[in-house]
Amino acid sequence: MRVAFKRPDALVDMPTHYCPGCTHGIAHRLVAEVIEELGVFDRAVGVAPVGCAVLAYDYFACDMVQAAHGRAPAVATGIKRARPDAVVFTYQGDGDLASIGMAEVVHAAARGELVTVIFINNAIYGMTGGQMAPTTLLGQQTTTSPFGREPAREGYPIRVCELLERVRGVAYLARVPLTGPAQVARARTAVKRAFQAQLDGKGFGLVELLSTCPTGWGMSPREALKWVEEVMVPYYPPGEFRTDAADPGGGPLLARVGSEVSGKHGEQA
Amino acid sequence: MDKRVVFDPERCKGCELCVDVCPESIIFMAEEINQRGFRPATVTEQERCTGCALCARMCPDLVITVYRPERRSAAGAREGRG
Amino acid sequence: MEDVVLMKGNEAVGEAAIRAGCRFFFGYPITPQNEIPEYMSRRLPEVGGVYIQAESEVAAINMVYGAAAAGALAMTSSSSPGISLKQEGISYLVGSELPAFIVNMIRGGPGLGTIQPAQSDYFQAVKGGGHGDYRLLVYGPASIQELVDLTVLALDRANHYRNPALVLGDGILGQMMEPVRFPPMRDLGTLPEKPWATTGRRGGPKRLINSLYLQAEKCEEHNRRLQAKYREMQRTEKRWDCLWVENAELVVVAYGTTARICRTALEPLRAEGEAVGLFRPITLWPFPDDPLADLLKTGRVRAVLVVEMSAGQMVEDVRLVAGDRVPIRFYGRTGGAVPSPEEIREQVRELVRELR
Repeated sequence: MRVAFKRPDALVDMPTHYCPGCTHGIAHRLVAEVIEELGVFDRAVGVAPVGCAVLAYDYFACDMVQAAHGRAPAVATGIKRARPDAVVFTYQGDGDLASIGMAEVVHAAARGELVTVIFINNAIYGMTGGQMAPTTLLGQQTTTSPFGREPAREGYPIRVCELLERVRGVAYLARVPLTGPAQVARARTAVKRAFQAQLDGKGFGLVELLSTCPTGWGMSPREALKWVEEVMVPYYPPGEFRTDAADPGGGPLLARVGSEVSGKHGEQA
Repeated sequence: MDKRVVFDPERCKGCELCVDVCPESIIFMAEEINQRGFRPATVTEQERCTGCALCARMCPDLVITVYRPERRSAAGAREGRG
Repeated sequence: MEDVVLMKGNEAVGEAAIRAGCRFFFGYPITPQNEIPEYMSRRLPEVGGVYIQAESEVAAINMVYGAAAAGALAMTSSSSPGISLKQEGISYLVGSELPAFIVNMIRGGPGLGTIQPAQSDYFQAVKGGGHGDYRLLVYGPASIQELVDLTVLALDRANHYRNPALVLGDGILGQMMEPVRFPPMRDLGTLPEKPWATTGRRGGPKRLINSLYLQAEKCEEHNRRLQAKYREMQRTEKRWDCLWVENAELVVVAYGTTARICRTALEPLRAEGEAVGLFRPITLWPFPDDPLADLLKTGRVRAVLVVEMSAGQMVEDVRLVAGDRVPIRFYGRTGGAVPSPEEIREQVRELVRELR
């Protein structure tokens, strides 16, 4: 018998603190698998966020740096500029990236930083107890939107990929839900492409993974996956938003943006 | 026979995501409780496992290791890890 | 540039940092320190360095954090409101034990305040500034040459202790030109090895740069380690300067730009035969408490006048040293106002009259 599937060595052999059914574990594994497959483990430096995934610095076996809340793209910028031969990734939740760290991620993208961002969107703050996130959906009840998110009161959920797709400097941009084996396989491909964009020197890469928070949502892991499919996916349409090779040094990118960015990833309700 | 799929019962948090994706429906939750207080996923009908690794791909906790029989020709064989 | 050159403080600090081995600058414009990022943006590429204008002071300090984590000697500069924004990042640098060099060309506050010079960020600089139990090495140069020398020292000490070091200047120091002599360019190969840096494992063990210790006992242990460093700094890093104190009955205590003005104020009084002297802290943290205490212990000094461009901040440290040994008088201008030699001289004269 040969091993067809096992824990990637880029993850430390230890149990995680994540709640049952939380898809952080899947996302960690995909990143680790890609790092191994691309043969960059020895050059990899990960940046952990503040939030549920803060302890990612323990779980990944590569060099790791813990960043202040939302600042991971700035920290990654510093690492990459100091060590251009390092393969640098950040792993950030939606509060970290899309709320307090929005400026950092947008500007890292605009600079075309050669880093890879793994963005976990589960529409809630998990670590702090299920508060409203910038990605919390309309009508969604959280511990700080107890009556359900209403635009007049709490504003609209932010679509990060749609926001970043017009930013020059982005070389790869995709959104994939982690709702089933086929989607997980697709997510793995997206993560790999985002890393490849960094390795090829093409620019900034980000993969948004639609994830679950069964505890914060008050659902079983099964129900949570279904909720991603039925409620999150319609608002956060999956797809590859950018696959072009942005050239942070300049070049004819501006001319290409109009044709490369299409509406293929769903409607803009 | 050799086991096709091995579950580490102490790693399992009982989320049951693997149960739903098994095309052979051979994964079930054990009666006993592991040290962390969860009923771990398990398989007894090893001969029915096809080694598709869908369960492992959905498992958030790296509970599952999957084995496949050696093939005469490795061509076309795609490992779960890709 | 081995010879003496005439240079603006803000440019000199940049050149000195490069001479000391700094190749990474992350900044954001704010008056009155804009010549620092401007200088670095054109100078760093010449020496193979990296300059980035960050999207904010917050991002800039976190870029410093990342570069330092990867083993680089990195710096940022700003002025008061911008330094406030950097405090979170500075606290993280300390918590993760990363070296960094930071310049604050102080302007009057609070809030947006004014762009005129001030010393009102003393508390923020020497008491920590951000959250948590920590200290920075804080230097208060009083001339462009000293700014250069202390920049070189600060970078070296930051690297040594794996703790940020801060130079406190102000708009006057940043804007004025003086002749300076720079040290030769440091061979980067002579900088200390950093086996702890997260550069990718490259066959070695996993490295982690982190300030999170979930267990209280572990976090306290980490804090004890930090405090041990601060005790070592207090033992070895204090710097100060004394002028005319040998027979002084009245000692003026001032640092930075204010110390220069005080010197000008005291010169005519010395010529008149008044027994006045000047004690000038060079390191603001660690504060040169022992040497000041030694001076006050002689029994000769009958009064101390502390002069600051603030409403009274360093004076608290002087009071801690003096206790009730000698009366402490304070004179300050704040909000960007600069005390003139005449008004300081008048303060001294008044105190001298009271002592008689």
